[in-house]
Amino acid sequence: MAAGPSIDALGQFRLATSLGPVGAAVNFTNANLAMLLTAALVLVLFGYGMRARALIPGRTQAAAEMGYEFVARLCQDIIGEGWQSFFPFVFTLFFFILFGNLVGLFPYFFAFTSHIAVTAALAVIVFGLSIIVGLVKHKLHFFTYFMPAGAPKLLAPVLVPIEILTFLSRPVSLSIRLFANIVAGHVLWEVFAGFMLIVAAALGAIGIVAGVIPLAINVVLVGFELLVAGLQAYVFAVLTCLYLHDAVHLH
Amino acid sequence: MLPTLRRAVAFLPAAALALAPAAGRTAEAESGGMPQFQFGNELTLAQVVWMVLIFLVLYFLLARWALPQLRSVLAERAQRIAADLDAAKAAKTEADRAVAELTAAARDARAEAQAEIAAAAHSAREAATRQTASLNERLEAELHEAEARIDAARATAMGALREVASETARTMIERLTGRPPQASTLEAALAASLAAPSSSTQG
Repeated sequence: MAAGPSIDALGQFRLATSLGPVGAAVNFTNANLAMLLTAALVLVLFGYGMRARALIPGRTQAAAEMGYEFVARLCQDIIGEGWQSFFPFVFTLFFFILFGNLVGLFPYFFAFTSHIAVTAALAVIVFGLSIIVGLVKHKLHFFTYFMPAGAPKLLAPVLVPIEILTFLSRPVSLSIRLFANIVAGHVLWEVFAGFMLIVAAALGAIGIVAGVIPLAINVVLVGFELLVAGLQAYVFAVLTCLYLHDAVHLH
Repeated sequence: MLPTLRRAVAFLPAAALALAPAAGRTAEAESGGMPQFQFGNELTLAQVVWMVLIFLVLYFLLARWALPQLRSVLAERAQRIAADLDAAKAAKTEADRAVAELTAAARDARAEAQAEIAAAAHSAREAATRQTASLNERLEAELHEAEARIDAARATAMGALREVASETARTMIERLTGRPPQASTLEAALAASLAAPSSSTQG
């Protein structure tokens, strides 16, 4: 490609070590720096924001309480009985992903949920937890989950493999959904931004005027990405609750 | 737009796998495929290890410190609201009771006053009746007395009249006939004339 601006939509996902030579020595990446920032923000909101313990909450405290009650209701509604023991996990997961997505929307901040390795690790944690909970709670009875109650026994050779396959596809769909949504948004942004620069460089004054169009699209995409960031964190939390519900109650 | 892209992204692992062996490590480090699928890059795994650490620390800080604090604040508020509601409910019950008491007291007072008024009116009426009765009695007695007196006076007068009449008649008959009248005949004539209607006699 000739000199001048070009579109490097995938460069933003490139991992590098951060925190100088110390980070390099322990392979602490730019993604981990974003995670650290995310965790700090979550703790600031829910720890430091609650320091007043006010009877009539201020803005920050009201936001923290709203977040708490939102996730609590989610767990209560979906997991049902015994939701309290899973609440801190779902809460951490939801706000880690939500704040991670939102931090990733800022320029120069790494969107760590755009890495399949990260989302897959989160999904495997959820999947593993649901299996452990199911086995601890129901022992070997847990495996009756793969044979729908009331179905004719004759169909078992067909139904059981299907159920097992569905079960095993959970972490796959869980991780790919989040990863793909975040990557798609960030790639689109990069493509339109790069296109704007290319147009401006190639067409001169007209190009600068024409570059407003991709810029406007990107502005609209900001709103769209905010929606996706919230929605995907919510979907991840809802599905986590659903899997935990299945593990606790076996359907 | 998104579903298409998502499908495209889903195809990328295959593309990356196809590209990776051919391009080798140098191409991989530059722009060969998505960085997300460069599993040969040790940073890809390193970020996951660090993430698990960060996630665990965040989990314990939230579960042990932030969330219990939040829960206690919310519980405190719920308790305070419940207590205030209870207090309000108690105050309302108290007020209702006071109002009922007041109403009952007013009703009793009214009933008492009415009873007193009725009693006073009754006694007054009775006294009046008694007074009227005694007055009537006295008047009746006086009337009887007066009638008796009148009767006595009339009897006296009648007696005197009979004497005067018999005397006069005897004198007149003696003068006219020259001899005294027979006593029985005179008596009969006198009785007849005196028994005649008083209107003609007295008129």
